[in-house]
Amino acid sequence: MSMLASDTFAAVSLAHALLLSGALMAIGMAGFLSRRNLIVMFLCTELMFQAAIVAMVAFGRWYWDFSGQIFVIFILTVAAAEAALALALVVLLFRRRSTLDAEAWTELRE
Amino acid sequence: MSLFGLSLPLLAQGTPAVPMSEVVIAPELWWAGLIMLLPLLSLVLCGLCAAFKVKSKLPAVITTVCLAGAFITSVFLFLNYTPPGDVVPLLDWINLSWGSGQFESFSANFSLYIDSLSLLWIMFVTGLATLITIYASEYMEPDLGKGYSRFFAGVSVFIFAMSALVLSDNLLMLYLGWEGVGFASYWLIGYYYKRPAAVAAAKKAFIVNRIGDLGLALAVYLIWTTFGTVQYDELMTVIQDGSYKTVYDGWTISVIPFLLMLAAFGKSAQLPLYVWLPDAMEGPTPVSALIHAATMVTAGIYLVARTYPLFMLEPVSLHVVAWVGGLTALLAATIGMAQYDIKRIMAYSTISQLGFMFLGLGVLSTYGAAYHVFTHAFFKAVLFLACGAIMHGFAGQLDLRKISGLRHIKGWRIVAWTMFVGAIALAGFPFTAGYFSKDAILAEAFVTQGPGFEILGWMAIVTAGMTAYYTFRVWFRVCAGPVQFEPGDELHGDDAHDNGGEFHPHAPRFAINSVLIIIAIGSVVAIVPYFMSNQADAQITGGWIADMVHDSTAVDGVPTHTAVVVGHADQAHDHGHPTLLGMDPHYAMYWISGTVGMVGLFLAAWLHLWRRSDADALRGWLRGHAFVSWLPRAMERKWYVDEVYIALIRLPLWILGHIFFAFDRFIIDGIFVDGVARIPRGVARWLQPLQSGAVQSHAVVMAGGIGLIILLMALFIQFGWFGGVL
Repeated sequence: MSMLASDTFAAVSLAHALLLSGALMAIGMAGFLSRRNLIVMFLCTELMFQAAIVAMVAFGRWYWDFSGQIFVIFILTVAAAEAALALALVVLLFRRRSTLDAEAWTELRE
Repeated sequence: MSLFGLSLPLLAQGTPAVPMSEVVIAPELWWAGLIMLLPLLSLVLCGLCAAFKVKSKLPAVITTVCLAGAFITSVFLFLNYTPPGDVVPLLDWINLSWGSGQFESFSANFSLYIDSLSLLWIMFVTGLATLITIYASEYMEPDLGKGYSRFFAGVSVFIFAMSALVLSDNLLMLYLGWEGVGFASYWLIGYYYKRPAAVAAAKKAFIVNRIGDLGLALAVYLIWTTFGTVQYDELMTVIQDGSYKTVYDGWTISVIPFLLMLAAFGKSAQLPLYVWLPDAMEGPTPVSALIHAATMVTAGIYLVARTYPLFMLEPVSLHVVAWVGGLTALLAATIGMAQYDIKRIMAYSTISQLGFMFLGLGVLSTYGAAYHVFTHAFFKAVLFLACGAIMHGFAGQLDLRKISGLRHIKGWRIVAWTMFVGAIALAGFPFTAGYFSKDAILAEAFVTQGPGFEILGWMAIVTAGMTAYYTFRVWFRVCAGPVQFEPGDELHGDDAHDNGGEFHPHAPRFAINSVLIIIAIGSVVAIVPYFMSNQADAQITGGWIADMVHDSTAVDGVPTHTAVVVGHADQAHDHGHPTLLGMDPHYAMYWISGTVGMVGLFLAAWLHLWRRSDADALRGWLRGHAFVSWLPRAMERKWYVDEVYIALIRLPLWILGHIFFAFDRFIIDGIFVDGVARIPRGVARWLQPLQSGAVQSHAVVMAGGIGLIILLMALFIQFGWFGGVL
């Protein structure tokens, strides 16, 4: 079993994992930069989060060091809390302007 | 050596002929401090009156009572002090000592130096102040509930400072009082602070006085470094025993009297610093009478008399004092002859009379100077107060061409005749107080040897004639002649209430009239001290005032100083005394000054009483002839002194001020202060477009930044410290 797992992972190299992570990051960033809907932008940040997590797990495996995975547990917990907060914020922002368009919030310029 | 040789070369050696009498420390006279405390109390109470918006005459009553208390205290002090003088310690103020040597201590305490000079001054200051506050209680009536308390608070401050000046036992406290009276003068000249002219006059008085004050401050400093003390009794002792010579480095002794002189000329309105006094007439008339005629302006005389031994150490300084005094007397008299504003005429007359006093100090007649201060205080006060009553009753009218025949108007007889009493004294009419006090000075100008003192004496005699002329020009124009008047432009509500708005001067009432009568009597009685002698010493025949001055520091250090204070002839004159017209100058002067006084009076009567048209004809004739036409114009324009000062001092200072202003505005502010502040602003303006507020654009910048960092790190990893790239 352990061999199987080991082999399975052996087939997936670090490069694969990092490519996945990079792809997630690129998609998230592209979405964040191109979309103006607050919820979509938030989901895009979550995507970038996942990119980081994937990279961390991959490096943990690569170095055979579990602290990467421990970190991931923590990050997931924090991300869950943060998701709740961020969605609450989005709801509040929506109530203020009754729109989800990020363009409605540009007072901090200049 | 003759008694009247007064040999100045001897003075230059600083040889004391008479040992200094010991001054007694007298703590039992502590109540003398009341003279200073009562005006202070009055100030506080007047301040409270102002705070509680008292609408009655309470502030006047408080001030009068307090000043009367101060006067009574000074009279008691006169009866109880021990000649030659007492020092009354009140409070310790500065009492430093860092060794036992002569220059290793500095004390300046609140102690009173009670000698005849300070007593003479404090008695007439507090006495006249009491009377003038009574006068002011009526005069200031239109301001009841408005500036009334402020006015009397100002008077209280003035008397407090003046008593500190006069009674202090050291130069530092004198300096405090000196600044205090300057401040009180500023306060009261600017009393009508809504009138721009009054504000300008107050500033002018203060600023011109600052020049003199600088002289005093430097003098006090140099006196300490030269003599090691600023306390009068120690100072006089050091001068007497010559112990300062061990450290005397040559030049300070010659400079000190000139600095003191500068101070005295500023405060006592002498050339070149007299210009503030005529403008000071913008203040209420009681102030002009009290501060700018009778008391404060004599502070300069007091200072010179008090520090007389310092002047004796440098005889040239006394020659300068005499000449400046004589020239000021002449100049101010010529200006006074051609003015139309009666208060201004009195102001120029004050400057001129102060010039006489300085002349007296300069020609070694400290007695004459002190006596003239004393008599002048009375007759000039009564003249000013009469002018004030006229101004008050005729709605601010001061032009002598527009009021006439006052003595025939009902209710104005007291003003007219008390003014007459003051005028004959000022004119030096024979057997008036002014006649005797002025003669004492004039005669001494012919007795004392000095550079051109004889010319100076004749100049002063001419000035005395002019004095008689301008004084009676005012009196004959205003008080005599046909009844005619026009009101000034300060109409009160009650001036025109009946007869369909026709103007009715409101005659002075009880307070003003009674004060005028009392001071007029005082100016007559002021001759008594001249004939009264209570000193056993037969040498001293100048009367009571001469005794007083004789006991004070004004003559300590003067060789054969009894001779200096001899007012008129005695057996001492036999010894090589200079003569005038074949007579002893003191006798001759009775005839000469009496005559010039009469001539001046006669001229005034001719031009301003009997044939007034002749005055205009004379003026027209003068102006019509090219070679003299400048004369009346220059006299009326006050010899263009103000204009010259504007051109020589004010204009350059104004230009300099604007240059500094421009430097400050454009260089300091523009380049340094604002310039530095502009740097972050400029940077911010450059970076401002980055702050669009749109989340995406921020994110792009962030992503770009991260990308840049990654790129740099990659390059770093690849090439190490950018070595390959840069």
